[in-house]
Amino acid sequence: MLTFLLLIPLASAALALAIAADTPRRLILVLAALAHLSLTALAFAVPPGPAFGGLLDLDPLGHLFLSVTSLLFLAASVYAVGYLRAEVKGQRRDFQEGAAFSNAPERIFTACLLVFLTAMTLVACTRNLGALWVGVEGTTLASAPLIYFHRHRRSLEATWKYLLICSVGIALALLGNILLSVAFYDPAQASTSMNLADLAAKAGIARTPWLKAAFICILVGYGVKMGLAPMHNWLPDAHSQSPSLVSALLSGALLNCAFLGILRTHQICVLTGLASFSQELLVIFGLISMVTAAAFIVGQGDYKRLLAYSSVEHMGILALSVGVGGGAVFGGMLHLVCHSLAKAMLFLVSGNILALYRTRSCYDARGVARAMPVTAALWTAGFLAIVGSPPFGLFVSELTILAAMIRQGDTAVACAYLACLGIIFVGMSVPVLRMVQGPMPPAVTGKAREDFFSVGPPLALGALVLTLGLFLPEALIQTLTQAAGVVIRGL
Amino acid sequence: MAALSVIRLLATLALAPLLFSVINRVKAAFAGRQGKRLSQPYRDLAKLARKGAVYSQTTTWVFRAAPVVSLAAIVAALALVPLGPPGSAPSFTGDFILVVYLLALARCAVVLAALDTGSSFEGMGASREAAFSALAEPALFLCFLILDASTHRSNLGVMLSGTALSSAAPELALVPITLFIVLLAENARIPVDDPNTHLELTMIHEVMILDHCGPDLAFIQYGAALKLWLFCAILTGAVLPPLGRGPWLDFALAVAGIFACAALVGVVESVMARLRLPRVPKLLALACSCAAIALILTLWR
Amino acid sequence: MTVAALFEPLMIALILTNLALLVTSRTGVLIRLIALQGALLAFAPLFPVANLPAHLALLCLAVFTIKAVAFPYLLSRTLRRIDADSRIEPYLGGGLSAAAGIGGLLFSLWLENRLPVPPGLFAPLLFPAALTTIFTGLILVVTRKNALTQVIGYLAAENGIFLFGAPLSRQGSVWLELSILLDVFVGVFVMGIAIHHINKTFESIDVGRFCTLRD
Repeated sequence: MLTFLLLIPLASAALALAIAADTPRRLILVLAALAHLSLTALAFAVPPGPAFGGLLDLDPLGHLFLSVTSLLFLAASVYAVGYLRAEVKGQRRDFQEGAAFSNAPERIFTACLLVFLTAMTLVACTRNLGALWVGVEGTTLASAPLIYFHRHRRSLEATWKYLLICSVGIALALLGNILLSVAFYDPAQASTSMNLADLAAKAGIARTPWLKAAFICILVGYGVKMGLAPMHNWLPDAHSQSPSLVSALLSGALLNCAFLGILRTHQICVLTGLASFSQELLVIFGLISMVTAAAFIVGQGDYKRLLAYSSVEHMGILALSVGVGGGAVFGGMLHLVCHSLAKAMLFLVSGNILALYRTRSCYDARGVARAMPVTAALWTAGFLAIVGSPPFGLFVSELTILAAMIRQGDTAVACAYLACLGIIFVGMSVPVLRMVQGPMPPAVTGKAREDFFSVGPPLALGALVLTLGLFLPEALIQTLTQAAGVVIRGL
Repeated sequence: MAALSVIRLLATLALAPLLFSVINRVKAAFAGRQGKRLSQPYRDLAKLARKGAVYSQTTTWVFRAAPVVSLAAIVAALALVPLGPPGSAPSFTGDFILVVYLLALARCAVVLAALDTGSSFEGMGASREAAFSALAEPALFLCFLILDASTHRSNLGVMLSGTALSSAAPELALVPITLFIVLLAENARIPVDDPNTHLELTMIHEVMILDHCGPDLAFIQYGAALKLWLFCAILTGAVLPPLGRGPWLDFALAVAGIFACAALVGVVESVMARLRLPRVPKLLALACSCAAIALILTLWR
Repeated sequence: MTVAALFEPLMIALILTNLALLVTSRTGVLIRLIALQGALLAFAPLFPVANLPAHLALLCLAVFTIKAVAFPYLLSRTLRRIDADSRIEPYLGGGLSAAAGIGGLLFSLWLENRLPVPPGLFAPLLFPAALTTIFTGLILVVTRKNALTQVIGYLAAENGIFLFGAPLSRQGSVWLELSILLDVFVGVFVMGIAIHHINKTFESIDVGRFCTLRD
């Protein structure tokens, strides 16, 4: 079954490249997403066995990440149908600089989306650190053309920064993998497998200095991809310049995959007794990310960059939750799910706003409530969700993390955490509420498009976040607990 | 031993201008010409010595003293450099530092004389020469340090006896290369400076001595020949392995090595063009870096 | 002189190529230097020479093909298409970069003394050479404004990481190394396309012109 999870998107990508007509291609995209989601859901009922000789192996942690990715991809693909339909073919004028530009061919866009899904599936479905690295590198290469869909200067600049910074980061992660191999090097054995289970069995012979060096390299390397400050420089540029559904996938799914890489290495640290070392580092990076995000969110003038910095903040919260440990890890897993859903919803909604107002400035895009009422409602709801206000799911997760922090006695960390959350709440509310209220600017013409494709997916995602805030189904609690258990115990 | 050193020094003083003839002959061979007579440098020096000197009124005693000082310093430095075992008579720990400083003294005298003329051309040449030497000197020092580190002795007698490079460590291959680049830089050879150019804007060494004439110029030219001999001797001493066949045979071998070095300089001058001025510091920085790497690796062993 | 004794000169040649990479400013020369580095690297997994497994020879051949032939071909093709080798002044010039590279060499030698290396795993000079190559690559990526030079820096960093992993590949799975090679290859391919687009859009590959996106 795991093989099919990889093969379906890959085959659909090849098919999408081959087909010339637009509508069948979009249909293939949605169908592939649906098939992927159903297989993922099926895996809950029928746990799949390892494939390729232990290379692909779905454990509860990976399954959680896979489900989130799959769900987000379905929402993005449904949104993509409406988005691609509304895109103007051929050359047009860039609204910010006035230069003429065109879009990348839609075939390449769809194919890259599906290859992107394949790579993320590989990351989630494997417990072999080498294959995980290959998957993360694959996501970088597959998403670069996605960012460069609108072919103008700014997106090219964003793509180049993304490509170079993430490639260097992933090279560092590869160095970390090699250092890990050195740490577990056993001259008597034939080969040093990078499989988590094999490494767990050899936990006794691990050399601590090499392990520490390896964790630092992997944390920095995958941290670049995850968007932990101070390695987050590519994030605001890439997320603001790419098409909204791509931003949704980048923020909601890709950052999680990088986090999974860090988590797998953290598992190894737990198994070899270095848990306090890795947790300390995670807390430090988490706090730095939250503070940096807070600093850049206040006074932010570009609403897509606002959402990007919010992603930096939430990645910081995730790192913090694993760093604090104990009950916070459950909160972190719940936070992962809720953040992905809410952030994807916000990005998709921002795409609708961008399509009408043709500006990314919070000051110029006003009166959304009058032009697009449903979008405005979703925008406000999404904002409330992402800053952690009840009744949305992020409130529950953030409270859980806070409770665990206080229970463990990390009052300084808890104070910093609360302060950043507070600053971000105020900082985000100003532009969002300003955008929703007020009269429409006279310069904005054109009709707002609020059909099923543009409003349906964000509505569904928002409903899910709301549900998770009000009521956690037993099955979900069990999945989250199992995933948290994997992180805490190491296996 | 003292007599041996004196005789060697006298032979050096006699043979040094021949290096220029060798270089000229090699360049001529490459160009298909016959080239100057082998005794031409001696005739030039004799001609200059017979002439009278004209001194500008803006110059002071510095200008008159400089050629003498530079020649004396170079001869003193030559006395310290061994030409084949058992080394030169005045040999002590750390004598290589004295050699480098004596060369610096010689250079300083000529630079001061150039500045003393008050002319902008000489000043330009002086500043270039000073700048390039400031980059070449660290490279020379680093090479000496490498030789010191690999032979564990700090006097030139041992450092330049050819035993340094006999340990066949691969990084020591960088030492002759760096020494050669320093040789080209300090003696104003292509690719650092063209000794035959007449374009004042591109000269470095020649423009510095533009105002000297007569015996002063003879001293400076002779000093240049001795300086070239000195650097070739350092290079040969570092590279040639000791044969232990007796002092005279070793000396003859060292002299042959020095002339081979000069021939190599001639070859380099014939096949390369001069580097653009901003590139020269890069070349010297490259030489410094190579020497630094070789030193680090030698110390690491 | 045995074949095994050739390893140290190989490592020293590698360190010298790093120095040359830091000092050179012409892109064509940089491409040839990285090809030379790839060729030198292809021989690294062969040491120590005793009982060579067959798959290792295959790995070396693959490394040589990709690093010494394919990458320079891709890069020079991109260079030819953009048809420019203009002087783009780097943030950190040749001399300071060389000094930084030598600092990296010192740091890696110091680190080798500090970390308890498993005996017999790393041949002498392999650890410092690999770490110096990684540093060189990172310095090139950070301090150069020419987009093609940044790609070459990325390749140099990958070379260093490969050298690090070479002694482990004696034991381990070769297909993982091959997949890493393939990933890097596709990465450079994508970067080449991006550079072509940059040249078309910005009329230069000077990354210093990227100044529109900021807060």
